[in-house]
Amino acid sequence: MTNVTMKINGREVSGEVEGRTLLVDFLRSGQGMTGTHVGCDTSQCGACVVHVNGAAVKSCTMFAGEADGAEVTTIEGMANADGSLSTIQQAFQDHHGLQCGFCTPGMVMSAAALLKENPTPTEAEVRAYLEGNICRCTGYHNIVKAIMAASGQEVAPIAAE
Amino acid sequence: MPKDSGIGAASKRREDVRFLTGNGRYTDDINVNGQAYVHFLRSDVAHAKINGINTEAAAAMPGVVRIFTGADFEGVGSIPCGWQVTDRHGAPMQEPAHPVLAQGKVRHVGDPIAAVVADSPAQARDAAEAIELDLEELPAVIDMKAAVADGATKVHDDLTSNLCYDWGFVEDNREAVDEAIKNAAHVTTLELVNNRLVANPMEPRVAVGDYSFATDEHTLYTTSQNPHVIRLLMGAFVLGIPEHKLRVVAPDVGGGFGTKIFHYAEEAFVTFAAKQLRRPVKWTCSRSEAFMSDAHGRDHVTKIELALDADNNFTALRTETYANMGAYLSTFAPSVPTWLHGTLMAGNYKTPLIYVNVKAVFTNTVPVDAYRGAGRPEATFQLERVVDKAARELGVDPIELRKQNFITEFPYATPVAVEYDTGDYNGTMDALEKMADFAGFDARLAESKAKGKLRGLGVNCYIEACGIAPSALVGQLGARAGLYESATVRVNATGGLVVMTGSHSHGQGHETSFAQVVADMIGIDENMVEIVHGDTANTPMGMGTYGSRSLAVGGSAMVRATEKIIAKAKKIAAHLMEAADGDIELKDGQFTVAGTDKSVAWGDVTLAAYVPHNYPLEEIEPGLEETAFYDPANFTYPAGAYACEVEVDPETGKVTIERFAAADDFGNVVNPMIVEGQVHGGLAQGIGQALLENCAYDEDGQLISGSYMDYAMPRADDVPMFQVDHSSQTPCTHNPLGVKGCGEAGAIGSPPSVVNAVVDALQRAGHTDVTHIDMPLTPGRVWSAMN
Repeated sequence: MTNVTMKINGREVSGEVEGRTLLVDFLRSGQGMTGTHVGCDTSQCGACVVHVNGAAVKSCTMFAGEADGAEVTTIEGMANADGSLSTIQQAFQDHHGLQCGFCTPGMVMSAAALLKENPTPTEAEVRAYLEGNICRCTGYHNIVKAIMAASGQEVAPIAAE
Repeated sequence: MPKDSGIGAASKRREDVRFLTGNGRYTDDINVNGQAYVHFLRSDVAHAKINGINTEAAAAMPGVVRIFTGADFEGVGSIPCGWQVTDRHGAPMQEPAHPVLAQGKVRHVGDPIAAVVADSPAQARDAAEAIELDLEELPAVIDMKAAVADGATKVHDDLTSNLCYDWGFVEDNREAVDEAIKNAAHVTTLELVNNRLVANPMEPRVAVGDYSFATDEHTLYTTSQNPHVIRLLMGAFVLGIPEHKLRVVAPDVGGGFGTKIFHYAEEAFVTFAAKQLRRPVKWTCSRSEAFMSDAHGRDHVTKIELALDADNNFTALRTETYANMGAYLSTFAPSVPTWLHGTLMAGNYKTPLIYVNVKAVFTNTVPVDAYRGAGRPEATFQLERVVDKAARELGVDPIELRKQNFITEFPYATPVAVEYDTGDYNGTMDALEKMADFAGFDARLAESKAKGKLRGLGVNCYIEACGIAPSALVGQLGARAGLYESATVRVNATGGLVVMTGSHSHGQGHETSFAQVVADMIGIDENMVEIVHGDTANTPMGMGTYGSRSLAVGGSAMVRATEKIIAKAKKIAAHLMEAADGDIELKDGQFTVAGTDKSVAWGDVTLAAYVPHNYPLEEIEPGLEETAFYDPANFTYPAGAYACEVEVDPETGKVTIERFAAADDFGNVVNPMIVEGQVHGGLAQGIGQALLENCAYDEDGQLISGSYMDYAMPRADDVPMFQVDHSSQTPCTHNPLGVKGCGEAGAIGSPPSVVNAVVDALQRAGHTDVTHIDMPLTPGRVWSAMN
């Protein structure tokens, strides 16, 4: 067992981990931060995406020990300081970009990383960037819309409007 | 203009805030003090005799609490099947035992042999690797037709064969159908496969068992679409726990798509072990484990024949289907290829004679059960493919051939035992034609050609039976349960409401749309209504969510309970205003006396109900809480027309979906935003089935597609933006909301239009011998068809 220390959403935490403890398990079991999800065991689904030192990382592909000393941001750290939804989170709600909510934390974290790299992506760029995030509920339609809207671009309303 | 609140409004989902901020409470987020963790040692071979299990070394490993094997479950019941099908000779289906842990034999890759309970998940996994198994491999039965051939190895030694049942429907029509096909002007025949799929909700299954010695009460936290059903099946049939000592909680559930309906061995295990060990036990399924333990879907092999007269009217339809049951009967498995499939074979058409034969077969594969659509996608796929093929053979327009044969008068009793109450198939086809811009196809075809690509257009219709289901009817058909739904509406003193429903939401947004219904009836703000679901301790007995039933059946129960609330509240209001009950009207949360300016507010009446100082105590009880159970009079019949345009790369065979339009008739719509989202998700799953997804076994029964490395889930760049329309609305005639259900339509309606489009593209490019390609239409399969 080794001790790791990292800053999660601005708060310094430390804990004992095995060499094989994954970052996602440290977050979920070690820190009780269950917003980050595990949807697969082959690093395909992206439900566990967090930001490590500002970069989007699948937290199932990284050992907790590798994040020693890092700054980690999880879905729990994405809302505005007053607790209101951030622009991306609000766009997901406004455009119905989530259903069961299980892939959502990873989608929001990936979307945030995308918009940091590419503030006004095209639809094709959004879809390509989401290659590593699987959603089974939405058919991606409204996720793509939400991300485009969060980038300040015009998107179509729902068909009924 | 859409409304801004209540029924018909695109209200934003209240669920979203917790999901978007990491505050959802999924089953794996639940930890019970002192819990141990179980890891299941599963069979890595498809079929074997268990000669020995040596757990000695494993039991001595660090952290191991106890190792269970089948021997520990000899006094425990079998995992039950909830539906008994009677075969065409009147005999009951063959129903094998399904032990919690394997006894004597393993019958599929993934069959649980032993369960290691340890202090940590890693310790449980490590110890499971140290268990020594002595397995004597037996020949595996994988191919369905081989499984029912003479001399085939039996999956279950105590059954007479691998045939679960041989079902004929409608058996009395058999000879007439044969005769009509023999005498037809034209018969189109098609043999096809409906590929085996894995539902793959993004949240893998989880179960946590807890037991209190103080009260003798069990609690099971589980990823279920129907906690009451699990309580009944597991309590009554497996573990012998009465309902009042067993609480089942299904909190936020991360998608279901059918595969979280069923009662699974792991749920029984953790409930059983928690009492045995005097310690809570948690199981978290990995994705790879889910591939070999979640019930799979589809897996039919079908021959369909459509007979037409000289004027191209459909005169008869005959199908023969082999349906895979897997190694054991999952909860509703027998009903899927029969009552959820055969009864839909009329589709949207007035074919007078239909005969459906289904042979359900045991194989050494994971059990197969309902997956989004469940039987109805299989029916739609074969029917809409054979109609398309017939149009091509006859040289007629496939849309015109469909229109010519549409059912246009309602109610319509089909020759396969169901009565469509209402519909307008020309209406949805017209909506589709407007939306999909068929007129512009030729120009788009020319653009594709200029890029060196092939282009095709495929159209299909669908119908489904939803709002499952009238209890008396399904009882006659073999269901071992009623399929009503329940709601309790509790009004608080200050006017807010809590609605407890037996339905379950695992992505459908019930907390929002159900609140819209109740608030609309009273005329109050939606935020005054809270929806509670998912816990048997605080909701009335309900049957859960599947088969696009929650609004049609659960919503109707809510309407009935709210009507009772309103009736009682009117009596209280009448007393407060010294008027007759019959003169009281409720609008916008105000009770008024008709023809006067007297009024009292909703909140005044609810307060009077709980502070009954000025109250008709001699006539009615204080309080304002009502329960209703609603049992539907019929199924509901959503229907629609879909169009797909594809490009095919002639060099590689790769198919891309260029356009997809879906016109649906769901009857009345409560929240159009949620409805559209349901359709989008269904379309992606249907397109996934058509182009990408395939659960494959090799001939030895090894699961080849056992992870996301091998099973191709649709990704964001596999699907286009969808065009959807639900403006063609024929309200359901027999439920109070006039709603039909929208959850499965996209998955039911989309596979045939994708395949129709690819065949069209190839035909237009001169590959006139290509009349069908089996799903999924991978580049390899399409390229092979062209070459």
